[in-house]
Amino acid sequence: MESRNGCCFSDLSPNFITYIIVALAIGILRVLYVMYQSGKPFRHRLPEQPLSTLVVLGSGGHTAEMLNVLSVLQKGRFAPRFYVAAATDNMSLLKARRMEASITETSGFKETSAQFMQIYRSREVGQSYITSVWTTLIAIAHAFWLMIRMRPQVILCNGPGTCVPLCVIAFLFKVAGIRWSTIFYVESIARVKRLSLSGLLLYQLRIADQFYVQWPKLQRKYPRAHYVGCLM
Amino acid sequence: MEETGDAVKEKKLVFVTVGTTCFDALVRAADAQDLKGELLKRGYTHLLIQMGRGSYIPTKSAGEDGSLAVDYFTFSSSIADHLRSASLVISHAGSGSIFETLRLGKPLIVVVNEDLMDNHQSELAEELAERKHLYCARPQNLCHTIASMNLESLLPYCPGDATPIAKLINRFLGFPDD
Repeated sequence: MESRNGCCFSDLSPNFITYIIVALAIGILRVLYVMYQSGKPFRHRLPEQPLSTLVVLGSGGHTAEMLNVLSVLQKGRFAPRFYVAAATDNMSLLKARRMEASITETSGFKETSAQFMQIYRSREVGQSYITSVWTTLIAIAHAFWLMIRMRPQVILCNGPGTCVPLCVIAFLFKVAGIRWSTIFYVESIARVKRLSLSGLLLYQLRIADQFYVQWPKLQRKYPRAHYVGCLM
Repeated sequence: MEETGDAVKEKKLVFVTVGTTCFDALVRAADAQDLKGELLKRGYTHLLIQMGRGSYIPTKSAGEDGSLAVDYFTFSSSIADHLRSASLVISHAGSGSIFETLRLGKPLIVVVNEDLMDNHQSELAEELAERKHLYCARPQNLCHTIASMNLESLLPYCPGDATPIAKLINRFLGFPDD
């Protein structure tokens, strides 16, 4: 009996290995396809259909720059809007709320098409590395939960670290065919010569569909980036 | 006659701000006697220091007999009001603080904190100094910067504009230009 089982297993194993190789190959091809397809502009889309938009607010100067970008985007095109900020940052959502309130006032819409959420950070400044393993896992699970609920079509982010897990999850959703989202990353005005770590990751891994920088020196160094001038 | 002249002497405020950071080196540099002397020489009458989370406490002074009046506080919700009433701003290198001051058209000296681990902040201050929108200093040469600066030579900063980026985003998503 045992020897028969063993025999069956050895019969199966080459097949099994083939399955794994084929699955891996398909997976890699899919990742490459997504990377290739990211960064390609939309052509065949109903032009005036609004897109659900996730706005990741960084804190301080990052939030100010992001709200500047939002102030010139047509709100009818980017709706509904989900605002996400770090749980420790209580100013950013307040500022976004204020901006949204002024939009509802001026546009005359009764209901605002904005939602506001907080996200856990994987590591606070000064937190020990041992406890940060645990908090990172919680932060990732929470980011997944938020992303499954939102499934945004557009992601606008400009660092720092808060946006990286959300963008990676969005990329995985693209690979898995759950949702195709377009990721726009704007490097902060404070970066003149070198990219930030978040920016570098999203640029090099080709997770960002469009990558914007505010200084010409950076554009020369990272040719796939677009120079857009100063936002502040 | 001289006394009445002193009484109506225009208040010229120097505002030092460290934002939400801890930047004792700047507060200490601003509190130094030779720096205060330099400010007096240039006609400033008041020095107000926002010291944030730092632990170095500057010495207060009422500014009698022609000395510089010095005051300090930790945090305030009305930083914008202080910036507006200042004749000269000495600030840490945070982008929020820099652009808020430039937008108000105030002469600005940015002091880079060299104790920060990831010191990318100096990039922005140095770039804007190269473009003559502000002066960039370190705590140890702040006094020298004040002594040698020529505020007339600073160029006004034109606030940035987000329309080019909005155009690119719209175009990428297939929305028509309008």
